[in-house]
Amino acid sequence: MKEALIQKEVLILDGLCAGFPARRGEVRVLDHVSLSVPKGKITGLVGESGCGKSMTARAVMNLIRHPGRVTGGRILLEGRDLLSMRKKERRMLQGREMAMIFQDPMSSLNPVMKVGKQVDEAVLVHEHVTHAEAKRRTLEMLEAAGVPDPERRYHSYPHQLSGGLRQRIMIAMAMVCRPKLLIADEPTTALDVTVEAQILDLMKEMSAKGTAVLLISHNLGAIARVCDDVSVMYAGKIVEQADICTLFDRPRHPYTRGLLSAVSSLRDGSEVLSVIPGHVPNLARLPAGCSFSPRCSCRGKECMEKTPEMREISPGHRIRCLWEEPGKKPGEKELETEGLAAE
Amino acid sequence: MLRKKEKQIVSDFEHRKADPAGPSEISEAYDLGEAETFGKLMLRMFRENKLSAVSLLVILLMILCTILAPVLTPYGETDMDLLNRLQPPSGDHWLGTDEGGRDVLTRLLYGSRVSLMVGIVPTLLSMVLGALLGVMAGYFGQWTDTVIMRLADIVLAFPSMLLAMVIMYTLGGGLFNVFLTLTLMNWGSVARIARSETLRLKKSEFVEAARSIGVSKWKIIFRHILPNCLPTLIVLFTLNVPAAILTESSLSFLGLGIQPPGASWGLMVNTGRQFLYNAPWLSFVPSAAIMVAVLSFNFLGDGLRDVLDPRLRKQ
Repeated sequence: MKEALIQKEVLILDGLCAGFPARRGEVRVLDHVSLSVPKGKITGLVGESGCGKSMTARAVMNLIRHPGRVTGGRILLEGRDLLSMRKKERRMLQGREMAMIFQDPMSSLNPVMKVGKQVDEAVLVHEHVTHAEAKRRTLEMLEAAGVPDPERRYHSYPHQLSGGLRQRIMIAMAMVCRPKLLIADEPTTALDVTVEAQILDLMKEMSAKGTAVLLISHNLGAIARVCDDVSVMYAGKIVEQADICTLFDRPRHPYTRGLLSAVSSLRDGSEVLSVIPGHVPNLARLPAGCSFSPRCSCRGKECMEKTPEMREISPGHRIRCLWEEPGKKPGEKELETEGLAAE
Repeated sequence: MLRKKEKQIVSDFEHRKADPAGPSEISEAYDLGEAETFGKLMLRMFRENKLSAVSLLVILLMILCTILAPVLTPYGETDMDLLNRLQPPSGDHWLGTDEGGRDVLTRLLYGSRVSLMVGIVPTLLSMVLGALLGVMAGYFGQWTDTVIMRLADIVLAFPSMLLAMVIMYTLGGGLFNVFLTLTLMNWGSVARIARSETLRLKKSEFVEAARSIGVSKWKIIFRHILPNCLPTLIVLFTLNVPAAILTESSLSFLGLGIQPPGASWGLMVNTGRQFLYNAPWLSFVPSAAIMVAVLSFNFLGDGLRDVLDPRLRKQ
């Protein structure tokens, strides 16, 4: 049973914690993040700036900047624990079995190297092939990533290309060794909406071919467009996890609800943009109890005392909230306490 | 209600989606054509920056003269003619003769061997050494950084002339020891600049992207970081070449560099100093040669930086 699960799930994060040392102890930027990215599906990770989305991606790719570090949990790539691997072993998996696309295609390509050579490099690092063979693979991949006239683009420098083209090059670079896992860290943030739609379609295509995709975004539109499952993050914790329909249809966590109602729509007709009051808390001084409680519209007395645990409210739908039903604030009933103990 | 919202989000997107034909992205991209060969690069430099092209020609001409010195003049480097001391420029001696009756033009040509070599070789050596150490210090950090940069600090803090004198006294004069001295004197500043460039580049996204696809650290250093330091290092090179030429003259003046009757430009300026009133050409001619060489290297450096850095390319 567990074997079968591991087969399907390409990436499993199990209670991943990461932090930066601070004057008093440690600032925990990832707090027991658990999620899984299945083969052939796009898993979304949403949240405000600074909630730990990118940190999660960096932790998986071993790119956390000094002095930050992973402090606990496990990262399983097809059942192999990345954190217990030797450095070199882990490096050899990067690019071959998992790859990442970065937020800003303007700065994620080496400005003094031909883009074709940069894609070649990904092939040459992992496979013992000739340069000619690497070039052939590169051209094939550029074509697949929707780069027009790849033969000519191969010899371009990054500054000669548009943002959309550069992001396609990045995708080609990440995908050229056919990795099983693709992490896209806000791949469309720096692009205009037309190009964004094209890039998202491309991701969808990649996942249809069997790649597991982890799409990180703060853009709910992009998430709604392509994802199969979504995790919502707040202050370093995952607060809600569900498949896309459930999440958009029956969001249960007040934060998710706030996010969804804050999306502006051209057809809404309303002139006022709904917002979540307050600010993201300082991770060094998280409020007691639920991290979201100071901004929550339906907090009860208990929210400020008890840290909620992740619990499943229906199959595949998990939330980190004490709130049971609309209209009933936590602490007004004693029921939650028992539910929590069981968890 | 939220289901409706989701549909709206999606349909907003459908709405904005590109029409199937789509805008051609080729039109967005600048079309700069094929890869450049070295010849094409040089041609472009000639087109875009006339001054640096002229400088390159001057430098090449100097090097050519240096090589062809024995063919170009009928006199030998150290041939003395005591009856014709301190002669002004004439048909026989185009640039006159010095205090030993030696032909100044001949000595200038032979002296350029020393001066150009001293300008280029130790500067190149110190660039390679300094850049490698600096990039390693910047990239690896921690104790590598500490050890390398403290060494560089020692070199930089030490009075460079004193250091040179110590080395030249203990090892003796001569070309090879001049090279060694100048290399040891100059690598520190190069390392500092390479290190600061590396610290900047190390955090850049393209280096992280390279790491994310599993490129090893040495490949990152040689393929991603060093080439991006290059424009800065080239400019530094063109500043260091003339400095090295001048340092050599000082060393020769102190009797620590090239020994007379051998010739170097610095030595010629310094010996001509005594005859400044009677035979000013003795100092002026090699000074002019130093000036032309120094300026040429500076202009060439500017031009090279412009063409080598793809970001500065004209579109």
